[in-house]
Formats: sequence, C-alpha cells, structure tokens
Amino acid sequence: MTQQPIIRFDNVSKRYNDDTTVLSNISFEMERGKFYTLLGPSGCGKTTILRLIAGFIEPSSGEIQFNGKKINEVPPNERQVNTVFQDYALFPHLNVFENVAFGLRIKKIKQAEVKRRVEEALRFVNLQGYENREISEMSGGQRQRVAIARAIVNDPEIILLDEPLSALDLKLRTEMQYELRELQQRLGKTFIFVTHDQEEALAMSDEIFVMNAGEIVQSGTPIDIYDEPINRFVADFIGESNIVDGVMIRDHLVRFAGKEFECVDAGLDTNEKIEVVIRPEDLEITSPERGKLIVTVDTQLFRGVHYELSTYDRDGNEWLVHSTRKAQVGDEIGLDFDPEAIHVMRLNESEEDFDRRLESYEVPDHAE
Amino acid sequence: MQNKSTKALYLIPYGAWILLFVVAPIALVVYYSLFDIHGDFTFSNYKAFFSSVYLELTLSSFWYAFLITLFSLLISYPTAYFLTKTKHKQLWLLLIIIPSWINLLLKTYAFIGIFGQYGPINAFFAAIGIGSTQLLFTDFSFIFVSVYIFIPFMILPIFNAIDRLNPALIDASRDLGASPWTTFRRVILPLTMNGVKSGIQVTFIPALSLFMITRLIAGNKVITLGTAIEQQFLVTQNWGMGSTIAVFLILFMFIIMLFTGQKEKGGASVGKTK
Repeated sequence: MTQQPIIRFDNVSKRYNDDTTVLSNISFEMERGKFYTLLGPSGCGKTTILRLIAGFIEPSSGEIQFNGKKINEVPPNERQVNTVFQDYALFPHLNVFENVAFGLRIKKIKQAEVKRRVEEALRFVNLQGYENREISEMSGGQRQRVAIARAIVNDPEIILLDEPLSALDLKLRTEMQYELRELQQRLGKTFIFVTHDQEEALAMSDEIFVMNAGEIVQSGTPIDIYDEPINRFVADFIGESNIVDGVMIRDHLVRFAGKEFECVDAGLDTNEKIEVVIRPEDLEITSPERGKLIVTVDTQLFRGVHYELSTYDRDGNEWLVHSTRKAQVGDEIGLDFDPEAIHVMRLNESEEDFDRRLESYEVPDHAE
Repeated sequence: MQNKSTKALYLIPYGAWILLFVVAPIALVVYYSLFDIHGDFTFSNYKAFFSSVYLELTLSSFWYAFLITLFSLLISYPTAYFLTKTKHKQLWLLLIIIPSWINLLLKTYAFIGIFGQYGPINAFFAAIGIGSTQLLFTDFSFIFVSVYIFIPFMILPIFNAIDRLNPALIDASRDLGASPWTTFRRVILPLTMNGVKSGIQVTFIPALSLFMITRLIAGNKVITLGTAIEQQFLVTQNWGMGSTIAVFLILFMFIIMLFTGQKEKGGASVGKTK
C-alpha cells in the first residue's frame, strides 16, 4: 500500500512586500510518523516553512496539502497541527495545568477528561506533580517540557518544533535530544523540527532537509547527507570538512592537491572541474613516506575525544585532521585515507541529477 | 556609616515633599472637617454627608465618573490595539499624547467655542436643516469633553501593556485551536488587564473630582464631588463641610486604588521568558 504523504508542498513561494523572497518554489513531501528536520542558517526560510504548515502565514503562490487536501487558507485553529515555540510561548497568567489544558478547554472537553489527559501528557514529559506550579517558577528545561506537553495533549497529526532546544544549556540540550527522539517514536507522530544546529539534526532525524537562501539544497537521511553532501554549502554546514578543487580524470580517478587518487565516484564528464570533500575524521596520520598526502602540522587543539590538527600541504591547501594520535606542531606527517573517503561534488548540480548519478554507480557497487 | 548618612541626605527632598504636600494637607483636611461653620468642634459634617443630598451627589458623581471611564475605555482599548499594529506606532501614539500637554483650561475654552450657539457644530446643524441645538451645558457635552480630556491617559498604559505582549502567545493560542475572539478573551485581555486597570485608575479617580469642566461645559447642571467641594469652600464658606467631602473623596480614591491594584503575577515581563 502506498502511503499518502501527510504534508505536501507544491511549488510553494513566500514573498513579503513583493520584493523580499523568503521561499522560492519549494516542493517536498513528508510521510506520516517520521522525524523531519529543517536545517539551515538563520534566514534560510526554515521557520517560514514551519509557519506555513502551522497556518500563521499563507503562501504567495503554490499549494500546501495536508493529507491530500489543500490547506493554503485554513486558519491555524482549524489545523490538526500543534507547535512547540522557540521561546515556549507559555501563558504567564495560567499555571502548568491550565497551560497544558488550554487546547482541550477550547474544545469544551469535560473536566474529568481534561484532567486525565493533562496528567497523562505531563507524565509523558516527566512533569507529574507540577500541575499547580506557576510558569515563572519553572526552569528553562521544565518550561520546555510544559510546551511539549501542551502540544501533544491535543493529539495532533503533526508536531512542529521551532528551535525548541536553543535556549537550553549544552547538557540539557543533549538530554532533550534523546527525550524528543524517544517521545516521537513512542507517539508515532510526525515531528517537524527546525534547527540551525547540525548535531541536533544528525542525532534526531529520520530525514533532514538542508536549506539555504529560501531553497532546499539537499534532503536525505543524516548518513546520506553527511557522507554524500551535494555541494560545498552542505559539506561546510554539516560537520567539519576539507574542501579542495579538483578535476575528474575519468570514472573512479580524480586529481586534486597535485596528485591522482582512486575514488568511488563515477558518471562525470572527463576532465570536469569538481570539488572534493574529505571529512577530518577520515584522514589518518601516518609517516610521510606512507601518506597519500604530505602535510605540515600548523596547530593542534585537544578536543577531548580527539585532537584537531590544522595542517597545510605544499600547495597551501588546509587539511583539518581529527585523530586520537598526537603530532608535533611543525612536523611533516603523512595523511592516509580510503578511496571511499573521497566525496566528489559537481558544481551547481541539481538534487535530482545528484541522486540519479549516485544511484547509477552505487547500486552495482552494493551488488558486488 | 558615611554611606548611610548620605543615603539619608538623598531622602530629604522626598520626605519634605511628602510631609508638606501629602501628609500636612490630609491632616488639615481631616482637622477642618471636624468643625462646623461657626468654628465649633463637631461630627455633624459627617452626619450631614450621609443625608440624602450628599449621597445623591456622591452617586451622581460616581455615575458620571463611571460613564466617562467606560467611554474612554471603549475608545482607548481598540485604538491602543490598533496603534501597536501600525508601522510607526510611537509616532501615532505621540500624536494622541501631545494634546494632553496643552493646558486643560485652554482646551475646555476651545470646546465652549465649538459647542456654542454660534459654533461650527451648530452652524453645520443649521446647514443640514436640523437647526440650532443646545449643546453646551448638557450631559452630553460634559461627558464628551471629559472623555476627550482623559483618552490620552487611558491609551498610554493600555498601549504599553499590549505592546509588551509577546506576539508568540497569540500564535500559540491560535495554534491550540482558539479563534481570534477566544484568543482575545483568554489571552490578550487577561494579559493586558494591568494596563486597563492603570487606565481606569488615572481616569476614574480624577473624573470623580472634576469641577472645572463641570463649571464651564456643563454649566453647573452636573454636580460632582469636585464642584461640591469648591462650592462649600468658595461660595458657602463652609470649610468644615468642604473638608468632609474631601475626606470621603480621599477614602473613595483609596478604595478604588485597592480594587485596581496591580498584581505582581505576570507583571512587567508579561509573556517574555528569559
């Protein structure tokens, strides 16, 4: 059975005052019960997508569908969508119980039922016993949970989360990442999460939409996006990357940093100019004789789980290395890597072409 | 030690002010209220206050103050709400506030001209065939001018309260299924109630003791506590009775302050988390 997408954007654009375009011709589909993340720098339009789904704004053109029905002009109070706001937006004149009960009271649900559902929602977010607290008495993390309870208590089809963790400290943020992911799996609801934090996105999502300047640059699972970034922007935004210019000699052979290397990429034109990404953790320190690249260590930082080395090759390209082994600043070392570590990116390739090209050489690869 | 004495030094202007202009006048008013017109000590003034004449006067005073406050509020709340949504809201607000800087007496005189027998309103009425109408010295003109005078004072606190309201709360309410009207009733109004209360305070209390507008616009047809006090002091020369009415006026003010007092809950940081 083919599942109908719960949300579908069809060439949706959003312009303000006819000159500033926030979203340009966005099209995508989202499936029921998955955890989606809209990831991008501030001003990329990710919150605009969220507000379009919530119904706070209407698209300038294009169509938004919910369960196959057009919802462009449906007001927010008639959508089966609830939002967890960035600053929580809890009602300061109501206590925890009444904040969570707000949506149920609007629906005129009986008091006994309200009580049961609010208590259940609070138990879900580990806040039982806090019913009579005022919002001003709650800590940031607790407010966060109240905001989540207030959204889930209404049993919506989709829960939208607008950078809900950005105001929390690092430890709490990591904790909430686990909790949110677990909550989503227990509820089985569609979560759409907006963030500019790539670690959050990688840790929690089933699928990530990487956005830039009002467009979706790449979408896919965290692993796909991390391992096969479509272009320099994605590679740079998600994780640390070494990006150098290169030339594709032929299938499975690429030239960069003055040398030719074996790689797994194919389907490009001969002598096509490309960019190469190698992740810092894919570079291994070895002796200069055995290294594929010979570099000089410029600086070294201790990062806890690994050392971060900034090194330069003879052409002046910087190579960032993450290694558990130490090196000496000023030393010449070799860098070794597998052919799989080389990710070749075509310049200005569309996502469709990119996906088609990957499939063309990846499928037989896996079949072997 | 020195720190303490300098702190005490700073308190002198405040203390002097309170003593000279708050405590002493109240003490004097209370003192005078205990003497009759012949200078004999008595409680008869207080007894007289509870006679039907003065009770009626008090009631009528409250009634007019209530009407003035009600109309001011009905005009000010939507205006303030609309102003917060405009692009240059501070400018528009300023335009409403500026007239309040002009002397009250001048503005009142202007209305005598406007509402007068040969004023522009009557000229207009004549032109459209209604004919000349008595506008001055009516309840209508009294309330109209009073509302005009008080509107800036009512708008300002309400504007501030609405302006401080976190717009995400309105989104949140809509998101949770509330219609625009329910959102207004359950979120916007409760969270801007402090502004409304302040507005009521600065309108209702002064409206109780209006006397200049009463004299000039209502032509003594409307008698408030304010005009009664003036009458007792300046016309009847019965300082004792005048003071007694003043004592009750102060009492009423305190009661109203109690009712419209600000609760700390929510307070200045309405809806802002940080």
